[in-house]
Amino acid sequence: MNFHQQNNTRRRREAAVFGLLRASTYLVLLCGALVVGTIVFKGAPVLFKAEFPFINIAFFTEAPETLHVFEHDGKKLELGDRDYRAFMENLAAPSASQPAVAPRSEHAYVYSVGGIFPCIVGTLLLVAGSMTLALFLGVCSAIYLNEYARQNTVTRLIRLAVLNLAGVPSIVFGLFGFGLFVIFLGWNVSLMAGWFTLAFMVLPVVITASEEALKSVPRGYREASLALGATRWQTIRKSVLPYALPGILTSSILGIARVAGETAPIMFTAAYVVRDQLPWQVAKLTDFFFQGVMALPYHIYVVSSKIPQNEYTERVQYGSTLVFLLLVALIAAASILLRNRLRKKHSW
Amino acid sequence: MNACLTKQILRTEPPAPRVTATNTTATPAPAEAVPHASPDASLETEIRAPHLIEISNLDFYYGEKKALDCVNLTIDANRVTAFIGPSGCGKSTLLRCLNRMNDLIDGAAVRGGTIKIGDADINAPGIDAIELRKCVGMVFQKSNPFPKSIHENVAYGLRIQGIRDRAEIARRVELSLRGAALWDEVKDRLNDNALGLSGGQQQRLCIARALAVEPQVLLMDEPCSALDPVATGKIEDLIHELKTRYTIIIVTHSMQQAARVSDKTAFFYLGRLVEYDDTRTIFMNPANPQTEAYVSGRFG
Ligand SMILES: Nc1ncnc2c1ncn2[C@@H]1O[C@H](COP(=O)(O)OP(=O)(O)OP(=O)(O)O)[C@@H](O)[C@H]1O
Ligand SMILES: [Mg+2]
Repeated sequence: MNFHQQNNTRRRREAAVFGLLRASTYLVLLCGALVVGTIVFKGAPVLFKAEFPFINIAFFTEAPETLHVFEHDGKKLELGDRDYRAFMENLAAPSASQPAVAPRSEHAYVYSVGGIFPCIVGTLLLVAGSMTLALFLGVCSAIYLNEYARQNTVTRLIRLAVLNLAGVPSIVFGLFGFGLFVIFLGWNVSLMAGWFTLAFMVLPVVITASEEALKSVPRGYREASLALGATRWQTIRKSVLPYALPGILTSSILGIARVAGETAPIMFTAAYVVRDQLPWQVAKLTDFFFQGVMALPYHIYVVSSKIPQNEYTERVQYGSTLVFLLLVALIAAASILLRNRLRKKHSW
Repeated sequence: MNACLTKQILRTEPPAPRVTATNTTATPAPAEAVPHASPDASLETEIRAPHLIEISNLDFYYGEKKALDCVNLTIDANRVTAFIGPSGCGKSTLLRCLNRMNDLIDGAAVRGGTIKIGDADINAPGIDAIELRKCVGMVFQKSNPFPKSIHENVAYGLRIQGIRDRAEIARRVELSLRGAALWDEVKDRLNDNALGLSGGQQQRLCIARALAVEPQVLLMDEPCSALDPVATGKIEDLIHELKTRYTIIIVTHSMQQAARVSDKTAFFYLGRLVEYDDTRTIFMNPANPQTEAYVSGRFG
C-alpha cells in the first residue's frame, strides 16, 4: 500500500483555497481593527487624561459650546463660549489706564468644546423608549403569530410582510415617521415620534427573532401545561415565555445597536442639532414626551459634516464617536448580562 | 364539568356488559351480557353510569385526512384499558380526543359521532376544554417535566387553579408524589431541578404532576417506551395501584405490557377499531384473524 501524497495539483488547489479563505478573513479583521483603532487612538485623549481623575469628566457632563480662537495681547487664546463672554466683558469695562483692544483674527468653531452630555442622555432615552416599545409590540405579535393564530395564508402573508419590512432602508422609516407622527399626528419633532419610528424600524427583527425563540421552546412544555388544565395564556406566561426570553433578548441586543446607531430615522423625527434644556427640564410631564432631544449619532453627523475639519474640531468628532462606541458596547453588555442571568434561572 | 363527571363514577364499577367493537371489519363476538350478580345491586345500578367513557361512531380528521373511522368504544371506570395496534393506526389520536388535546392542531376536528365522559358530551358547544383536562389527565410518551424544581413541577397544576396556600400545596405535592411512588426517592431534594432525575423518575414525576390536579381519568401515551425494564416495571406496578382510584387508558406497543397491566384491550388498525375485549380474550382467543395475527407478532 502506498499512502503517500500522489496528486500535487489537488494539494495545491487545497492550499490556494485555504489561503484565500484565510486572507479574506484577515482582511475583514484588518478593516475592523483600523476603524476601531483610529477612533480609539484619536478619541481616547479626549476622554481620558494622564492625571487624576483620569477621565475628562467635563466631556461627559457638559453641553457642547462654541470654541473661540483669537489673538490677544500677542497671545493665542482658546476659550469656550462662557469664558469667552466673561473675557469680553472684562475687555468692555477696561480700567482707565488701558484702552480696550479688540481681539484680532478671531475664529469660532461651534460645538468644539464642552461636552456631549445632552447627546448621551438623548440617545439613552431614545434607545430605552424605542426598545421597550419594539419589544412589547414585537413579542405580542410573535406570540399571536406563533401561539394563537392558525397557520394559513394570512399568517404567511404577515410573515412575508414582516420580512420585507426588515429590508427597508432606515431613511424610508425616517420619512415615514416624519409623515405620520411628526406631521399627520402633529407630534412635532419629539421623543414620541422618534420612539415609534425607531421601534418600527427594529420591529421586524424583534418579531422574527421572538418567533424563532418561541418555536425553540419544546412542544412538550405547552402540551404538559395544557393537559394540566392551564389556559393558553397561562401556558404561555408560565411555560413558554420564560424559556423564550433569553432568545428574544439575544436578538434584541442587535436591535439595540441599530436603534442607538441609526441617524436617518431620527433626523426628521426626534433629533435637534442643539438644544439648551435637558430633557427633564420641562414644565409639564406631557412636554417630556413631545420634546426633541440631541442624540449621539446625529451629533456625530453634525460635527463631522457641518463644521470644518481641523485640530480644534477633531476633538469633539473623535471623542463623540468613541463615546458612542462605548455606549453601545455598554448597553449590549448589560443586556447580555441580563440574558445570561435569565438563562441560568430558566435553564433547559 | 368536574361535578357532573364525578359522583356516580367514583363508586366502583358495575360488572360491565361485555362490549365488542361494532365495526364493519370486525366480526363481532356474540355479545353475552353478563347479568348483574347480586340482586340487591339492582337499585344502585340505576344511579350508576355503566361506563365512564362512551365513544360512539367517532370520525376524526386531520384536515382532509381521516384518522379515525367510526370508532365505537366504551371504557369502564377503575379499569385499565390498553390501546394496541401498528404505528399510525390512530391510537394517540383517539387518546388525545379524550382530553381534546387535538384542538391545538390546525384543521384537526371530530366530524362525526360523540364522546361522552360521565354524561357530558365533551365536544358539545358548552364544554370547556380547560375544565375537561382537569378531569382527564395525560402522561406523554416523552417525559416532559418543566425545567423547574421537583416541587414546582407537581405544584404547577395547583397554582394554575389559583391555589396559593403553601401548606395546602405542600400537602398535595406530597400526596401526589406518594401516589406516583416517587416520594421516598425525592423527598430530600424537592427543590432540585426535575431535569436532574433519571428517565424513569421523570416519567413518574409527570404522573405525579397529572395526579396533583386530581383527575378521574389518566391517559398514558406509551409512557414506558423510553424506559428500561426496571423503570418500566415500576410504572406498571404504579398503574396497578392507581387503578383503584383512577380510570386508566394506556397506549402501548408492547404486547407483554398490555397483557400485564390492562383489563381490557382495544386493537386498532388503519383508524378503525378492529376488536375490543377482555385482555385475556384478545391475547388468548381473539375473534378477529387480524387481531390474532398482530398479537402473535405476525404483522404490525
Ligand atoms: N398533527 C397531525 N397532522 C396530520 N396528520 C396526523 C397528525 N398526527 C397524526 N397524524 C396522522 O394520523 C394517523 C394516526 O396517527 P397517530 O399518531 O394517532 O398514530 P399512533 O397509532 O399513535 O401511532 P404510533 O404508534 O406511531 O404512535 C397517522 O396516519 C398520522 O400520520
Ligand atoms: Mg402515538
